[in-house]
Amino acid sequence: MELFISGCILLLCSGTAAVLLGRSRAASWVATLGVWAGCGLALVPVIQTLAGRCPDPLRIAWSMPGGSLTLGLDGLSAFFCLPILLISPLAALYGCEYLAHEKKSLGSALFFCNVLIASMLLLMAARNGLLFLVVWEIMAVSSFFLVVFDDEHASVRDAGWTYLIATHIGTGGLLVFFALLGRQAGSLDFEAMGTAKLAPAMASILFVLAVVGFGSKAGFIPMHVWLPEAHPAAPSHVSALMSGVMIKTGIYGLLRALTLLGAPHATWGWALVVIGLASGLFGIILALAQNDIKRLLAYCSVENIGVITLGIGAGVLGRAWGQNGFVVLGFGGAILHVLNHAVFKSLSFFGAGAIAHATGTRDMNQLGGLFKSMRWTGLAFLVACAAICGLPPFNGFVSEFLIYLAGFGGVQAGATETVVLAILLTGGLALIGGLAAACFTKAFGVLFLGEPRSDLANGAHEAGAAMRWPMAALAVACLGIGLFAPLAVRLVAPAVQIVAGSDAGSLGKALSVPIPFLSAIAWASFSLLAMAAGLFFIRRRLPRGREEAMTGTWDCGYARPTARMQYTATSFAQPLTHLFRFILGERKLGSVLQGLFPRGARFETHTPDAAREWFFAPAFRAIDRGVAPIRRMQHGRVHGYLLYIAIVLILLLIWKAGGQS
Amino acid sequence: MNAMRWILPLAAWVLAPLMLGIINRVKAKFAGRRGQPLLQLYYDLFKLLRKSSVYSRSTSLVIRVAPSVSLACAILCTTLLPWGDLRAPAAFTGDFILLAYLLGLARFVTVLAALDTGSAFEGMGASREVQFGALAEPAFFLGLLVLVLQSGTLSLSSIMSGLSATTWQSSGVLLVLVAFSWFVLLLTENSRIPVDDPNTHLELTMIHEVMVLDYSGPDFAYILYGASLKLWVFAALIVNLVVPMTSLPVWGQIPLFLLGIGLVAVLVGVVESILARLRLYQVPKILIGSAALSVIALIVKLMD
Repeated sequence: MELFISGCILLLCSGTAAVLLGRSRAASWVATLGVWAGCGLALVPVIQTLAGRCPDPLRIAWSMPGGSLTLGLDGLSAFFCLPILLISPLAALYGCEYLAHEKKSLGSALFFCNVLIASMLLLMAARNGLLFLVVWEIMAVSSFFLVVFDDEHASVRDAGWTYLIATHIGTGGLLVFFALLGRQAGSLDFEAMGTAKLAPAMASILFVLAVVGFGSKAGFIPMHVWLPEAHPAAPSHVSALMSGVMIKTGIYGLLRALTLLGAPHATWGWALVVIGLASGLFGIILALAQNDIKRLLAYCSVENIGVITLGIGAGVLGRAWGQNGFVVLGFGGAILHVLNHAVFKSLSFFGAGAIAHATGTRDMNQLGGLFKSMRWTGLAFLVACAAICGLPPFNGFVSEFLIYLAGFGGVQAGATETVVLAILLTGGLALIGGLAAACFTKAFGVLFLGEPRSDLANGAHEAGAAMRWPMAALAVACLGIGLFAPLAVRLVAPAVQIVAGSDAGSLGKALSVPIPFLSAIAWASFSLLAMAAGLFFIRRRLPRGREEAMTGTWDCGYARPTARMQYTATSFAQPLTHLFRFILGERKLGSVLQGLFPRGARFETHTPDAAREWFFAPAFRAIDRGVAPIRRMQHGRVHGYLLYIAIVLILLLIWKAGGQS
Repeated sequence: MNAMRWILPLAAWVLAPLMLGIINRVKAKFAGRRGQPLLQLYYDLFKLLRKSSVYSRSTSLVIRVAPSVSLACAILCTTLLPWGDLRAPAAFTGDFILLAYLLGLARFVTVLAALDTGSAFEGMGASREVQFGALAEPAFFLGLLVLVLQSGTLSLSSIMSGLSATTWQSSGVLLVLVAFSWFVLLLTENSRIPVDDPNTHLELTMIHEVMVLDYSGPDFAYILYGASLKLWVFAALIVNLVVPMTSLPVWGQIPLFLLGIGLVAVLVGVVESILARLRLYQVPKILIGSAALSVIALIVKLMD
């Protein structure tokens, strides 16, 4: 545990050093070095824990109410530390080059980045409600400052506000959650909370609070509104860190809360399945309609959180029904998907960042043909796209495979409720998977293939080494987890054992069930790669001396096709956005062509976020109107404020005196 | 027994192009023509393999690699298919998920290769392909749910070997519903009428054919061969479902299975001859409808 703490301290110290170094070039390298060293130190106890040797928790008495300051690791938190420890160093390295040409001082950005990483690590280790909340808040605030890095743009400041408000709505839920649970348990220590006897109604209220609190961080529909605002606004390595890693703290919190609430109720599982299905479908449909690559990726995170929640829902239902198959496959798939999503989503944000860095735009309709100028970024992004779609031989397939199997296992069980769950799981996942394939063929195809659609795309250049290597490392990780799936499942086992709760003893055998068919999947992946390579080799040898000819794309006899005639991102997605128009509410702006020789025309489409447009905006306007009278108290006159203080103190005195008599 | 298992993949690799020959012959008969030779696709493949290739200047690595990847996917799919009692060479829990995702990977690379050319035509085809693919996938999985519920096992080989004449007596309705739903998928995924028209090369209505406009030489041979294998995969699933082969001895199952594949090809030819192509906006409806059939089958099964 000491190593873990010293890792966090190192992160904070190097961040502070970066602030002091300020504008000098050394600042980013000092901070990055700190991240690498800190994460390296923290990795040791994490690996020990996953291998089965939990370090002793560290208890420090403190003067705050509600238990002691306790830090410890178990299988669940150690597994969730893995994405943090894997992605953060790569993101820091990537950031060094990404921000190298920035005119501003980088001190604060580097500092908050290190604080964010340290706070996420401490969050995983926190074993006390109060400590958890404090670290949670530090995490939220430090990431807010990272989002508003480019604060000279009004859109970025707006995004920052949205994020700050959304995250505090969630924190509000958590505050109530821990207060209520702490009251029941008599202590804020997780150990005591886990053993508290809860009335069923109380447990359900706590569950709802946990879903609201942690769900707003994770991005459940309709609390996802901050993701598509904050991710595009932040610098790309920060988006990678936030989307790949930070939103998973919401999932961690939800799983941790489930371990504290005792035996789950079946309704909770159904609620999670429905939330997962809604987030998955709405997320990917909204992603399809986006033209800004980082917004698209942000919505896709909502989709992946939905897939994870589907798995968790199946696991919770399995616990409620006492069926270990659901528990292992549902929780196992969900937890593995956490790691997988961290890897491929960071990778795709790194890729998007490299594009934005090279061309200065994130609008896909301006880009195209980047594969020729950015080969390495293109390959890495291609791997990320295939992995996000859950295609073999990459990692996304393994976790989705487990969740699918949970569904099919439900049909095998044959009871009506398990079959309903199976229809939701498999039908939902298949539709999400198919739409994801549409979304990411669009993303890769429009960005990297075809001809450049504007001069911005013509001037693209490959990213430098410090940005290329992190992408290469993550692409290898995508393939590695896919090819060595059985090993990856062993990694998940300790975490599954913890969320499976008290009946962990009987899980021992169920945990090894997925190993044989995952080995089969691994074999299939290897043979797929070998066969494709073999076929490609044969195909290269086939012409035997005949020359390859190069010509223009077949244009059906049309004399002068231009790059602007290519299918764009909008047109590629149009059939599907048309099919789901009742969800999207797409707005089309443009003029009708007039005359035989029209002089020009404009056409724009906008896809507003339904939750933001129809739910949050009216709600906040109503709140704004409601609190308007209170605003009159805020008049800026000092003597007025003094009067308020005096009145409050006198009231307190009266209350105190009244209480004693 | 182990060597026997490889007969089905071998048969698929050798005979798949013949299916297209049969389909074309049936269509020709309906139109009152003599039609091309049954083995035309074989001739085409050999001719193409000996030719050199022409690539567009717009293209990159993707279009060069895509045919190999999609053909590898199709070949791997054939090794997952059972044959009545004969288990597939690769049979494991959840193999049908791998089958569906291999077909997904093949679609993914074909669509990217189409976008690689930068042609508006191919972009159009690609866009439609992903739309129909997204709707076809749930239909396939829901059909599988029915079969898993019916058989209580989780691998294609054990599902199919569990289907016998008695299954048909007890729950024939379910099998018919699933078989019909999968036949619609076969037509969709293999770009046949009424979803797509394999004969029109240059019309705004086509889907698959337009995506492969810019292939030539060995690449095009790979694509054509892969497409015929994909047709075989769907046909084999349907034959396994509809023809209760397990009542026969193994040597009798082989000709019966091949006959079944031939009949599916004839049926496709007949459907292509007597139906008109649907308007594009109608296609999602029949895909959602075929998924609904499987859900109905599930409900029927649960009511028992």
